[in-house]
Amino acid sequence: MMAPPPLGLIAELTHRCPLSCPYCSNPLELERASTELDTETWRRVLDQASAIGILQIHFTGGEPLVRRDLPELVRHASALGLYTNIITSGVTLDDRAMAALTSAGVDHIQLSFQDSDAAGNDMIGDSRGAFAKKQAAAARIRQAGLPLTVNFVVHRENVARVPQMIDMAEALHAERTEIAHVQYYGWGLVNRAALLPTRAQLEAATEAVEAARLRLAGRMVIDYVVPDYHAARPKACMGGWAQRFINISPSGRAMPCHAAETLPGFVFPSVRETTLSDIWHKADAFLRFRGTAWMREPCRSCDRREIDWGGCRCQAFALLGDLTATDPACELSPDHGVMQAAVRESGPGAYVFRRIEKARVT
Amino acid sequence: MTADTLASPIPTLGRGHKFRFDQVRGAWVILGPERMFVPDEHAVEVLKLIDGTRSVDAIAADLAARFAAPAEQIRADVQTMLADLASRGAVKL
Repeated sequence: MMAPPPLGLIAELTHRCPLSCPYCSNPLELERASTELDTETWRRVLDQASAIGILQIHFTGGEPLVRRDLPELVRHASALGLYTNIITSGVTLDDRAMAALTSAGVDHIQLSFQDSDAAGNDMIGDSRGAFAKKQAAAARIRQAGLPLTVNFVVHRENVARVPQMIDMAEALHAERTEIAHVQYYGWGLVNRAALLPTRAQLEAATEAVEAARLRLAGRMVIDYVVPDYHAARPKACMGGWAQRFINISPSGRAMPCHAAETLPGFVFPSVRETTLSDIWHKADAFLRFRGTAWMREPCRSCDRREIDWGGCRCQAFALLGDLTATDPACELSPDHGVMQAAVRESGPGAYVFRRIEKARVT
Repeated sequence: MTADTLASPIPTLGRGHKFRFDQVRGAWVILGPERMFVPDEHAVEVLKLIDGTRSVDAIAADLAARFAAPAEQIRADVQTMLADLASRGAVKL
């Protein structure tokens, strides 16, 4: 049976970034600027994306704005009828960049903040002055008449300020706010002990989000992503393996999610040599965990198997060393105890910041 | 034109939302900030009539005439449908 077409393409244009957040979702081994796909190849990928039914392009990184060809890629995607979304830290979104992206036809910008105040924001990104630049970027996005999503990644040190974060998003007239707990892969897993919130912290944050949703109904949408470590059931990671998204790394490797490179025994096809159609419909890396046929118990007979799709393969491997195991976030997993053990071992501590590869505009 | 018609709001798509036909799926879709909806066939007929000038009542009247259906019933359905889309940010009333 032919898989339904993918909905979204996550285009990681670069791993370069001016920030150094210790929960960065990029891999521990960052790809160098010299290995990045060139403009022409990205244009070809966008053509193929449109042809196979992808509807939305998420330009991300690293910091996608360090690519000088970003407006050109947005223009190309837009001309194909693709919905274009830019996920940015905003620190380099000056007047010129904003004008170029607006004229290229960008549909939406997601702007990240690391905290609701300058001190917390600039500390976690290890970038002095970043908060003020982000505020200015938000104003530019509004002036351009574009819809704005404000994103906050939350963790032990800033989670108490969720109400202030939502207030700030409201003051910036954001249509949408994401309150996303750190996901513990790559850099986040390295820094898990210092970042994991307590259950009481999580519950307070969840209550704050629910109250704000009621108060802001019809004015602002709030999306909320919880950490797996206090959960009873796993998340449907990426909406299921190779069900909705294709993620392309800066060097052109196509994966069902950005963390999949951590899994052993995979060959991820490159868009330099393989078409997106062949990647989506034929590549072993995409077929291997699509659907439910690969599952063992307790997933195989679970009535939620097509709701959470067995949870996350990368988490099963990272925590259990077994990529076909049930995600230990599930309370039905015999290994669920590893999550509680991690919570017990967490507490305030020093961060390992993402290693900086100085962002240079190419 | 009655006072009631004058008071009828003019719906528009929500900021950052697009309504278009997807050739690959053979279906109309609403695309928005990091989300998408596949509206059902009734919603598609309503959405096609959203042009920034037609009011809710005008849209309902158009559909009632086209499908030879009772106007009041259609108007109630259109209002419910648009309120639902508005609560999700896809439409502004």
